[in-house]
Amino acid sequence: MTLRDHAIRYGFIVLLFGLIAYFAIAADGFVSPQSAVFIFQSVAITGVLALGVTATLVVGGFDLSIGSVATSAMMAAAYVMVVLEQNAVVAVVVCLLIGAIVGLINGWLIVYMRVPDLLATLGMMFLLVGLQRIPTEGRSIATGMTMPDGSVANGKFGDAFLALGRHRFDFFIPNLIPVSVVVLLVLAVLIWFFLEYTRFGRMMYAVGSNERAAELAGAPVKAYKIWAYVISGVFASIGGILLAARLGRGDIASGNNLLLDAVAAALIGYAVLGAAKSNAFGTAVGALFVGILLQGLTMMNAPYYTQDFVKGVVLVVALVFTFALSGRGRG
Amino acid sequence: MVGNAVFRVEGLRKSFGRNEVLGGISIELHSGEVTVLMGANGAGKSTLVKIISGVYERGGGTMTLAEQDFAPNTPAEAIRAGVVTVHQNINDGVVADLDVATNLTLDRLSGRGVPTLFNPARVRREAKAVADRMGLAIDLKARVNDLSLADRQMVAIARALAHQPKVLILDEPTSSLSSAEADRLFALVDRLREQGVAILYISHRMSDIRRLADRIVSMRDGIVSGVFDTKPLDYEGAVNAMLGRKIHLDQIVARSSARPVLTVEGLRIGHGARPISLTLGDGEVVAITGLVGVGKTALAETLFGVRKPLTGAMTMNGKPYAPRSAGDAIAAGVFLVAKDRATSGIVGDFNIERNVSLPFLKRMSSLGVLKRRLERATARRQIEELSIVCRSEKDEMSALSGGNQQKVMVARWMAQNAALFILDEPFQGVDISARRDIAAKLRASANGRATLLFVTELDEALETADRILVMSEHTIVGEHRNAEVDLDRLLAEVAGGPLHSSA
Repeated sequence: MTLRDHAIRYGFIVLLFGLIAYFAIAADGFVSPQSAVFIFQSVAITGVLALGVTATLVVGGFDLSIGSVATSAMMAAAYVMVVLEQNAVVAVVVCLLIGAIVGLINGWLIVYMRVPDLLATLGMMFLLVGLQRIPTEGRSIATGMTMPDGSVANGKFGDAFLALGRHRFDFFIPNLIPVSVVVLLVLAVLIWFFLEYTRFGRMMYAVGSNERAAELAGAPVKAYKIWAYVISGVFASIGGILLAARLGRGDIASGNNLLLDAVAAALIGYAVLGAAKSNAFGTAVGALFVGILLQGLTMMNAPYYTQDFVKGVVLVVALVFTFALSGRGRG
Repeated sequence: MVGNAVFRVEGLRKSFGRNEVLGGISIELHSGEVTVLMGANGAGKSTLVKIISGVYERGGGTMTLAEQDFAPNTPAEAIRAGVVTVHQNINDGVVADLDVATNLTLDRLSGRGVPTLFNPARVRREAKAVADRMGLAIDLKARVNDLSLADRQMVAIARALAHQPKVLILDEPTSSLSSAEADRLFALVDRLREQGVAILYISHRMSDIRRLADRIVSMRDGIVSGVFDTKPLDYEGAVNAMLGRKIHLDQIVARSSARPVLTVEGLRIGHGARPISLTLGDGEVVAITGLVGVGKTALAETLFGVRKPLTGAMTMNGKPYAPRSAGDAIAAGVFLVAKDRATSGIVGDFNIERNVSLPFLKRMSSLGVLKRRLERATARRQIEELSIVCRSEKDEMSALSGGNQQKVMVARWMAQNAALFILDEPFQGVDISARRDIAAKLRASANGRATLLFVTELDEALETADRILVMSEHTIVGEHRNAEVDLDRLLAEVAGGPLHSSA
């Protein structure tokens, strides 16, 4: 391997460690278990969404609806518990169903109705943003709210559900690791294993690289594509559950940044280890990279309004890494 | 040939990393002459062409055009200087979403001195002039996307000729043309030769070479291994110089089969086409030949389950066989090496190992989890079996020559035992030595399955098959045992001649 190959392969990882080293020296208290946990927690929900969208990127598609699936799931969880007065299990099941159904519809639109992926999921995004406001006439959902018919919603978030957002597991230090971080890590390992070590994952990569070749090798290409959107939808709804549990209410105004942050993490992942394609490990590193950068800058008193700019810079640099340096797309 | 060369290449070198591809190439092209460049895959022809046409930077050496130093930095510069190349990959030469007229005049839409506004009437007028000069009988308003491969090729060539080049480079221009279309191309090359254009013609096809060559330059391993310019040209010498060994036209010992594997009854694959009936036997290699567009690929795809027949029934080893998808066919032991490996075979993001294992992942995994060791062992075995030239099973496909890429495609499907092994144009864009390797491997391993090849080139059928079937107008019109074949009758059948009804 030439120096250039090494730079492409390990450049981003080196950059990540360089960043950590810099903040460790420059920002007091950056190197501590609490700080590490805080970074993980800050990227947990976007990370889960990013892992889902990774699956659609692998089959050569894209899912713009993940952010609105997450917020719809959050609103649905709140509605089920607060208005319908059901328990946490029902709320979780309803959320997962919403994710799966939206994924199926996305897949159907793209595979059978031949709507281009970006447009189909863009349409679905609009549809869901609107749909989640209809049951409450555009209001946020919290215990004691007045319903459109004048009645008062008396249900409340179950303790079990709130625990998803508030419980912390002991890990050497008591009450250290939040549930959302555990969920992120478990899902990351799951999807990584699925994509790299199972034949289904391998076939999804084949579909993404050369659909016709995959079809002539006997793969049910349409099914694989639809499954990718179902995975994406379900992961996004899990993100929505975590969001609802963290907030403890159905907040109509939250989750605006989820889509862009998640997509950025997945695209930054292209550059990790010179993969030049969507991969679960890269997505996880991409999410962490953004988390570390923002945490470090915040601890060094960078104002909050610079955050999106910083994320954008990281994304653009990562994309240059991927497409210019590794020479993909030049045949 | 006396007289000065209009285009001269001297001591041209090029390396990719440590790999030296061109080791000092010198070639002269003369006005009004067709110089044929021959070379096996990996000899460096494509690299040479890409340097001349300004795609690659040269590593050393000089090029002169009409006594002037010629050093194009971009393809556009080469074209403006009068050196025009029609690349082998047809889709590089056309813009698929635009109509024929715009394609023909595309290069005039950019550059200095071109009006900013697009004038459709002028474009159509200019395009018509170009098309007329070349005798191009294609609707100028048709979108290139909707054209056949052969028509696209003609458009790509016509587009190159619109520049009125001094030097024209044609890289395997006939590889996807039928013989009638190829004849049109030859007539055009003749006309350009008379007009004094220097032509560099790259081809594997002996029939093309015999028809056109004024001089032959053979390349091997990045150097010129022979120049032949005294008439009559020494074709055998040129082939020898290219391969570096005496090639034997292996005489096939035609075998017959006792046990039928696949029986096809009354299969109709096109509206108005007569039904096809055929039997393929265990251990025999059958070639179906015919011109481009007579339904060879349609038949291959029907047997493989990705296309539905209009009527008819198939029987595989005594059981009814009606595949509804490629997956069904593979499960029944019917494998297809599809035509055009770049679009329907190779998974570009995968290395050799993963390309080989692609169809059989189910058999290489338990509970969905891949057995990577088995996958690697399979890839290594197949690389060995087909003598694929590579550093390891982890090599990217793009690092391989065309012949070796095709060997990977064949290796993919030979990794498991087939009942019926179909290969659609397996020798397209494959050099002679790789073609011989593949053909020998197919014949050596033929026992235990039926092997069916679809080839346009008659030579390929004669070199490989025990039995040759001829297709015309979506049906089978002739059958020959490959021993003392009546070539006249066969050619008449290919051409759809008077023997049409006797089959």
